[in-house]
Amino acid sequence: MADMITTEDPLTGEEIEIPADVEAGEIVDSPATGAELEVISVDPVTLEEAPELEEDWGE
Amino acid sequence: MKVGLLYSRIRRDEKLLLSELRDRGHEVAKIDVRDEQFGLSDPPESFESVDIVVDRCLATSRSLYITRFLDAYDVPVVNSAATADVCSDKVKNSLALERAGVPTPATEVAFTTDSALETIEAFGYPCVIKPVVGSWGRLMAKVESRSAAEAILEHKATLGHYQHKVFYVQEFVEKPGRDIRVVAVDGEPIAAMTRSSDHWLTNAAKGADVQPFEVDDRVRELVATASEAVGGGLLGVDLMETGVSEPDDSETRETGSHADYTVHEINHTVEFKALNDAVDVDVPAAAVDWLESNVERGTEATV
Ligand SMILES: Nc1ncnc2c1ncn2[C@@H]1O[C@H](COP(=O)(O)OP(=O)(O)OP(=O)(O)O)[C@@H](O)[C@H]1O
Repeated sequence: MADMITTEDPLTGEEIEIPADVEAGEIVDSPATGAELEVISVDPVTLEEAPELEEDWGE
Repeated sequence: MKVGLLYSRIRRDEKLLLSELRDRGHEVAKIDVRDEQFGLSDPPESFESVDIVVDRCLATSRSLYITRFLDAYDVPVVNSAATADVCSDKVKNSLALERAGVPTPATEVAFTTDSALETIEAFGYPCVIKPVVGSWGRLMAKVESRSAAEAILEHKATLGHYQHKVFYVQEFVEKPGRDIRVVAVDGEPIAAMTRSSDHWLTNAAKGADVQPFEVDDRVRELVATASEAVGGGLLGVDLMETGVSEPDDSETRETGSHADYTVHEINHTVEFKALNDAVDVDVPAAAVDWLESNVERGTEATV
């Protein structure tokens, strides 16, 4: 298992665990709700609800 | 080298690229497109002294404009603005493939619901309607009857924004329950996989089952030509097998012989995490090899 850190879920206020090696801009799934969260900053890690997918997004 | 990675979301694909670059000791500037402002003459500070920019924007509109700006500033970017332009639009994609002599599904474009319905009736059922911009199989319709066609066209005309009033109609290809994704650099395949599903949409993003695929000579040839047709770069070329004897039979479809391939699409900000998991090849490593050789070539050209 990768190292985990504890931080706050911005949607529920719950303590959640996410991988310690996240990067700014990375999208993680909230283990509490499954919602997509964006890593806004690291050190300390802060999360926000990730922006919705837009129609012209893709590969 | 110093690599600028343009992004708005760091997905597993970007993360794989970032670790490969850092492991090799390259300097990486992560550039969040949402924070940048672009003027007409000089690049924003974040782009200073980067040897090459890798465009990993998820949003087509951003990707199209930013690659143009970087061109204007003479900052090398992959993929190029020209490639992004052709690949981001299914109409331009189809035209480029046809012109290059690459087999691609028969396609017609119409601008009103009436003329689109005529096109659909001429193709017969089933046929396919695709949005000209978009991905991951979203908003694609397999049309199986005239009444369904009428409803889909009416919905698109009423509810869609203007791009949905460009009706892109395509023959339905009786593929053997799977399609093929080849990731290539300047036409040279890095690795390939099949994506199988019982659903007619076999996108990996839709949960299709992926398996490694061995590139044969014909695929190699088609990928090289298709890549050149859109201006080269790090691309995902999507093909379907055609002329399969019994496409509906799941037993024979995996092993059954086919007559040829048809290329339905080329993607310019290609995802490769699914491919990387499916094959033995280290896809991000191959991508970074290619970036390095790009920068080397660029440096040689300027001295
Ligand atoms: N003409 C067709 N006939 C039959 N199946 C098709 C046809 N066109 C596409 N498909 C199937 O639908 C899937 C999605 O098609 P396509 O790649 O054109 O859409 P997309 O939304 O642009 O996907 P991508 O994520 O690859 O950009 C393909 O994987 C393929 O299996």
